[in-house]
Amino acid sequence: MRKIFDFHGGIHPPENKDQSVQAPIRPAGIPPELIIPLSQHIGAPAETIVAVGDRVLAGQMIAEADGFVSVAKHAPSSGIVVAIEDRKIAHPSGFTAPCVVIATDGKDEWIPLHAIDDYTTLEPAELLQRIRTAGIAGMGGAGFPSAVKLSVKPETDIETLIINGTECEPYITADDILMRERADQIIDGVKVLRHLINPGETLIGVEDNKPQGLAALRAAAQGTGIDVVEFPTKYPSGGEKQLIEILTGKQVPSGGLPSQVGVVCQNLGSAVAIHDAVVHGRPLVSRITTVTGDAVSRPGNYEVLIGTPMSYLLELAGYDATRNQRLIMGGPMMGFTVPDPAVPVVKTTNCILAPTEQELPTPPPAQACIRCGMCAEACPVSLLPQQLFWFAQGKEFEKLEEHNLFDCIECGACSYACPSNIPLVQYYRASKAEILQLRKDHEKSEQSRVRFEARQERLDREDAEKEAKRAARKKAAEERARQAASADGDEAAEDPIQAAIERAKAKKAAQQTGSASEASPLEKLEQAVASTRKRLDTALSKLNEAKDTGSDLVDALQTGVDKTRAKLDKAEQALREHQASQPAIDEPAAAEDTTDPAKLAIEKAMAARAAEAQLSPAEKSRMQREKLEQRLAKARDRLATGRAAGEEDKILEALEATVIRLEEKITAAGEELSQEQS
Amino acid sequence: MALLRITSPHAHGPMSTQRVMQNVLLATIPGIIVLTHFFGFGTLVNLVWGAIVAIACESLALALRGRPLGFYLKDCSALVTSTLLCVALPPYAPWWLIAVGVASSLLLAKHLYGGLGYNPFNPAMVGYVILLISFPVQMTAWAPPRGVGELPGLLEALQACFLPSAYDGVTMATPLDVLKQNNSLLIEDLWTNSPLFGRWAGIGWEWVNIAFLAGGAWLLYQRIFTWHAPVAMLVSLSLMAAIFYDGGSSASGGSPLFHLLSGATMFGAFFIITDPVSSAVSVRGRLVFGALIGVLVYIIRVRGNYPDAVAFAVLIANFAAPFIDHYTQPRTYGHKKVRDES
Repeated sequence: MRKIFDFHGGIHPPENKDQSVQAPIRPAGIPPELIIPLSQHIGAPAETIVAVGDRVLAGQMIAEADGFVSVAKHAPSSGIVVAIEDRKIAHPSGFTAPCVVIATDGKDEWIPLHAIDDYTTLEPAELLQRIRTAGIAGMGGAGFPSAVKLSVKPETDIETLIINGTECEPYITADDILMRERADQIIDGVKVLRHLINPGETLIGVEDNKPQGLAALRAAAQGTGIDVVEFPTKYPSGGEKQLIEILTGKQVPSGGLPSQVGVVCQNLGSAVAIHDAVVHGRPLVSRITTVTGDAVSRPGNYEVLIGTPMSYLLELAGYDATRNQRLIMGGPMMGFTVPDPAVPVVKTTNCILAPTEQELPTPPPAQACIRCGMCAEACPVSLLPQQLFWFAQGKEFEKLEEHNLFDCIECGACSYACPSNIPLVQYYRASKAEILQLRKDHEKSEQSRVRFEARQERLDREDAEKEAKRAARKKAAEERARQAASADGDEAAEDPIQAAIERAKAKKAAQQTGSASEASPLEKLEQAVASTRKRLDTALSKLNEAKDTGSDLVDALQTGVDKTRAKLDKAEQALREHQASQPAIDEPAAAEDTTDPAKLAIEKAMAARAAEAQLSPAEKSRMQREKLEQRLAKARDRLATGRAAGEEDKILEALEATVIRLEEKITAAGEELSQEQS
Repeated sequence: MALLRITSPHAHGPMSTQRVMQNVLLATIPGIIVLTHFFGFGTLVNLVWGAIVAIACESLALALRGRPLGFYLKDCSALVTSTLLCVALPPYAPWWLIAVGVASSLLLAKHLYGGLGYNPFNPAMVGYVILLISFPVQMTAWAPPRGVGELPGLLEALQACFLPSAYDGVTMATPLDVLKQNNSLLIEDLWTNSPLFGRWAGIGWEWVNIAFLAGGAWLLYQRIFTWHAPVAMLVSLSLMAAIFYDGGSSASGGSPLFHLLSGATMFGAFFIITDPVSSAVSVRGRLVFGALIGVLVYIIRVRGNYPDAVAFAVLIANFAAPFIDHYTQPRTYGHKKVRDES
């Protein structure tokens, strides 16, 4: 006898399994419509490879795995793809999800299957590929892609292969009936898995509440070296981690995988599906589903095509909707309620439970937690649910993590045991979601912080560079100004005409820019009024149109119109104010013009200066350059006349120096100009 | 009809808070019967009057807090508190003493902290200690047990409660008092000299303790609480008594058996320290919590000023409960240590 270990806690809810094992497995047949959700597993949804209108044969792949952790989908029967659309699916959220809908033709024509005679000659990679192509996901409930689970790194030493036949949830008998009726197939499947994994030992774990299944399995396993292990019934011994502890005494590290303790676990149903896939090349298109609960008159196990609407199956089982208030997919401990009986059976649907109100009464309102500790006694992972509840209520997320909230497997044992009817698991789910959201938010804000800091650094660097350039230019300009000032001393004296010309030019420029700047605010305001009026017109016409057609957007458009109207009023008012203020300034100025010529002259000079200030740097430097060129020409003339007149060497030298200096200045000015333009 | 959408689990176990409380009430019955047998109707009058005051106080507090009366009254927690307090009060106590005690328990110790489940201290013990400190004379006036003195009848018991000024009862020191006052006699002589000491620990008291032990054992069997805290308390109390027994000299603190069957030992071990709200939560925590109370009971009994010590010991341990919780968190599945360094 093998040593059996125990795990902490656990509960013994009424099993209610007898109802559904009275009859043998019954085929559910082909429903008129099959709805195949693209996501029935953990991982990325599959990608459709058929189009609406296509005829598909049974077993034909209709959606392929999208990535490593994903599962392909196949047509469970022949028919026409009538839609690829969002349908309600069996998911706790009650959301819709993309599905391929097939109108079956009842012929059930299969694609040719590629069977192989001897799988033992195949490489593990090839076997895995066959499993992957067949679209097998764990059939126990979670639906983890089997090929991924079986892809054990070659360097990991797998001591134990565990086949999970525990089925610890009350009501469910899908695995039990499989053991009773198809023990040989199970053993064949386990052999395939054993060949693939090559473990030290192979165990099938079964709770002792299935004596008939156990006997059948033991008979089939005779002489194969596969050990069928029986252990006491206790919920949730079928949890992967719990089963591993029961059979090996080892605990899977928190957050780790079973392979880290040398164990690979597979569900019994998955083993059969894997055998079909590997040996017969048959994809996973059907499964055994228990239909039970007091609201069905013919409870039992049905062989169901994936995608069969639950309502179709329920009808077969004699469903009485009037006696049923909640429809549960899965068992009473971990199953979830479905929004609508029309949702399809998926690869993980081991049970459909239609209880009456007497059977599973609606929970009464929760009472206060008296910290009795019955939850802690029931917890299979040795948590302190009462403390977690306390922290969850207070949103003490750090404490929750400190008390290992994330090790909770949501088995529901604590809620079951709670005398105050507190929905503990619900608190933990909500808290987990909140913590995950916080982590995500934190990550996001951390990213934006890093991004912001990088940007700030870049801007600072650019500013510093600009500042350095500016300082250099300023220095150069000062240098030039200093030189120019020393040169100007004599030039201003020798060049009064030039100065006069320049003043005249500046005046002219000032007039131009002055008039331009005077016109622009008025124009702008007028423009603003015109464009706003135009927008208002469009908005009004749209509104009228919406009113005519009775569109829902009327309200939104109305507020839009109101807003635009307010804007128009504002713009018009601004325009009026501007027009009112303009002449008020102009008139006294004109009056003064005639009365005070001195003042006029001052104003003109001021305008000229302002105009000069308003010139763009490029214009300024251009003007300066022109000035310099003129001065250079003059200086050359002087030099030439000086030479011709045979003036003193000293004078000639000075004149030459002036010419050179001016030439240098011009080049410098040219450079500056080109820089500014660029 | 729309289908109901609720989260798992959909099944619920048979246990309810109401049932827990009712079980505790039932389990006090053997103790109450033995108390009544040895000390007369006083305890029963205490209990009935206490229950009336308790329901009134609870209703008042719930009404003030705007809670539905029916839903909260039916959890029976107020009755449990008043029952535990009234069992601990001396029989033939005046009505106002009981009323003050029950009101303190429910209003001060329970509802002021937020009601059931939120009280950091055991409400019954808070009420008891308030009375003991405020009215030490009335609180230490125990009637002599059957076989030592005359037992008053039911009418006298009612008179003692509701017309206390007209009642002239006989009171006597309890064995614990006598032992504490003793400083000249060997334990053996004490037993032969005093009519109070029975076979093991005192006439009446030993049977009262055995009756509460029986009630507690039944609660254990019903899985209302685990064995950890009571056993830890009884073991640590016995150990303390054994260590300081001193061969039964005149300075002896009394034998382990004497302490186990005296005063409120069994009542405390199975009905007071097992109050889940104010105790430590984990299995290891409850072991520490119980052991701490056992040690404190011994120290206060032998060295303190009050004759019995359970109430003070429990309140002190209540203070320590969150601290104990912090250091006794169980190791979670898949973790090497209790607290993984993360």
